[in-house]
Amino acid sequence: MMQSSRVPPDLMLWGLIPLLAGLALIGTGSPSTWLTLTVAGLAMGMMLFIIASGLTLVFGLMDVLNFGHGVFIATGAFVATTVLGPEWFGRSGGWLLAPQAALQIAAVLVAMAIAMGVTAGLGLVFERIIIRPVYGQHLKQILITMGGMIVVEELIKSIWGSQQIPLPLPEALRGAFILGDAAIERFRVLAVLIGLVVLVALSVILARTKIGLLVRAGVEDREMVESLGYPVRRLFVAVFVAGSALAGLGGVLWGLYQQTITAQIGAQVNVLIFIVIIMGGLGSVTGSFLAAILVGLMANYTGFLAPKLALFSNIGLMVAVLAWRPQGLRPLTTVR
Amino acid sequence: MNTPLLRLAGLNTHIGSYHILHGVDLEVPSGCVMMLLGRNGAGKTTCLRTIMQHWRCSAGVVVFDEIDLTALEPSGVARLGIAYVPENMGIFSDLTVRENMLLAARSARHESQIDRGRLDRLFEQFPALKRFWQSPAGSLSGGQKQMLAIARALVEPRRLLLIDEPSKGLAPAIVASLMAAIEQARQEGTTILMVEQNLEVAARLGDYYAVMDNGRIVQQGAMSALVADPALQNRLLGFSLAAGSGQAAH
Repeated sequence: MMQSSRVPPDLMLWGLIPLLAGLALIGTGSPSTWLTLTVAGLAMGMMLFIIASGLTLVFGLMDVLNFGHGVFIATGAFVATTVLGPEWFGRSGGWLLAPQAALQIAAVLVAMAIAMGVTAGLGLVFERIIIRPVYGQHLKQILITMGGMIVVEELIKSIWGSQQIPLPLPEALRGAFILGDAAIERFRVLAVLIGLVVLVALSVILARTKIGLLVRAGVEDREMVESLGYPVRRLFVAVFVAGSALAGLGGVLWGLYQQTITAQIGAQVNVLIFIVIIMGGLGSVTGSFLAAILVGLMANYTGFLAPKLALFSNIGLMVAVLAWRPQGLRPLTTVR
Repeated sequence: MNTPLLRLAGLNTHIGSYHILHGVDLEVPSGCVMMLLGRNGAGKTTCLRTIMQHWRCSAGVVVFDEIDLTALEPSGVARLGIAYVPENMGIFSDLTVRENMLLAARSARHESQIDRGRLDRLFEQFPALKRFWQSPAGSLSGGQKQMLAIARALVEPRRLLLIDEPSKGLAPAIVASLMAAIEQARQEGTTILMVEQNLEVAARLGDYYAVMDNGRIVQQGAMSALVADPALQNRLLGFSLAAGSGQAAH
């Protein structure tokens, strides 16, 4: 006999996005302003999702609370300043002033790839030195990962200096597409596209490959995955490294979005990331995606409609979601 | 008795500050079904979990085919050909039945690589699995979940099955189909160590029995001897087959 599912219908959950957008349309009263804000919110949401997806899997798979996830964001952004910096190849102004738009965009993509490689390597070291000694000890995980973040921030300062560093957009990504009366920034369209590529890639890997199957099963019951003959710890290291690389990618996007970066950029984004993974349901990639989009939209709508409330709007959103669904939007069945 | 495939000697297990197993000595003969009996809290589940290395023993040895399992991780134990069906069945509820089976078939990367003959036989034994092949395993009933748990253990050839109370809380018809599948595995040469509270089931499947109490093996022998002796059943288990259900009332 089949039993009914305890999770509310997906339609209701995904309906939250058009509901929020609809309320904002009424609030703004201007379709063009609404469209600009919505694209900006989607871009921000995609960046948050890219960063949060790895963190939520790391928690789901090994019950590890990594408060140091921000180091990968910061490292990714700083690596991008070096790759895109003026000192390369003798070009005055570096790759960003290359004559062709395609070359400028290619330079940004190369910076993203290198940032992902560096943060993947950093993730491997971070897992070995910081995370592995504190498996299963939540309080120590919080303390040591926060400590690790401070150490890496200081290392960043010693390499790149403690001043703000510009991370300008290349000419090809500046400006906006004009759609009717709405201005849609080019960079935000690129951020949405990259976010969609990451979402599709993650979905395909998790749903269609055996390694994805193992990750999903491990999030639910890692002991049983071990019982079936798969070493979960090795799987966890792979997920941690992949999550670090994605955070590095998110760091490049976030840095380009802010256009100036400091060593604390990771810590600043960390708060939003934790709101996203808690709201989404710890361990749930789909939940994180949904929550990230809601957080991105909420930040942009309230920033326009009620700037004084903007700072608290996402915390308010998280409180409302948790009051409705204490385990988050898409909780997973877990065996601990 | 055949050569032992699995041997536990002086096995002690602590869980936190609790001392659960107090020197378990047990030999499971190759190709036979050994039933582990005893009241709740006697240490039967701990025994299976210690064999799988989910809990580490504090003293003693676990030897499988002359390999010391205490030096391995649980995944390494499983790769020796040991399948474990825990008491909670260990079903991945968010995964479909197909995905659960694919994970259990370690050598298969895709569904098409699962041994078709074995799969068809499992579908014959458990038709519900075929019917709900693409359904989330969490939506199955308790009996169907137990069928999936057993099918997962049998989807590849195994040398040893560790099964924890497969009949618990299930309807007789479902228990019968589970027992038929386990019996077939035995006929194929798989050695089985099974925890069971239902003495009728134990008597039907078991070649040998071992009774645990307070973390020790207090009696072991041929199942036929236990079945033939209601007084022994009463003394060891507090009930007898002749008296009624054959089910422990703990």
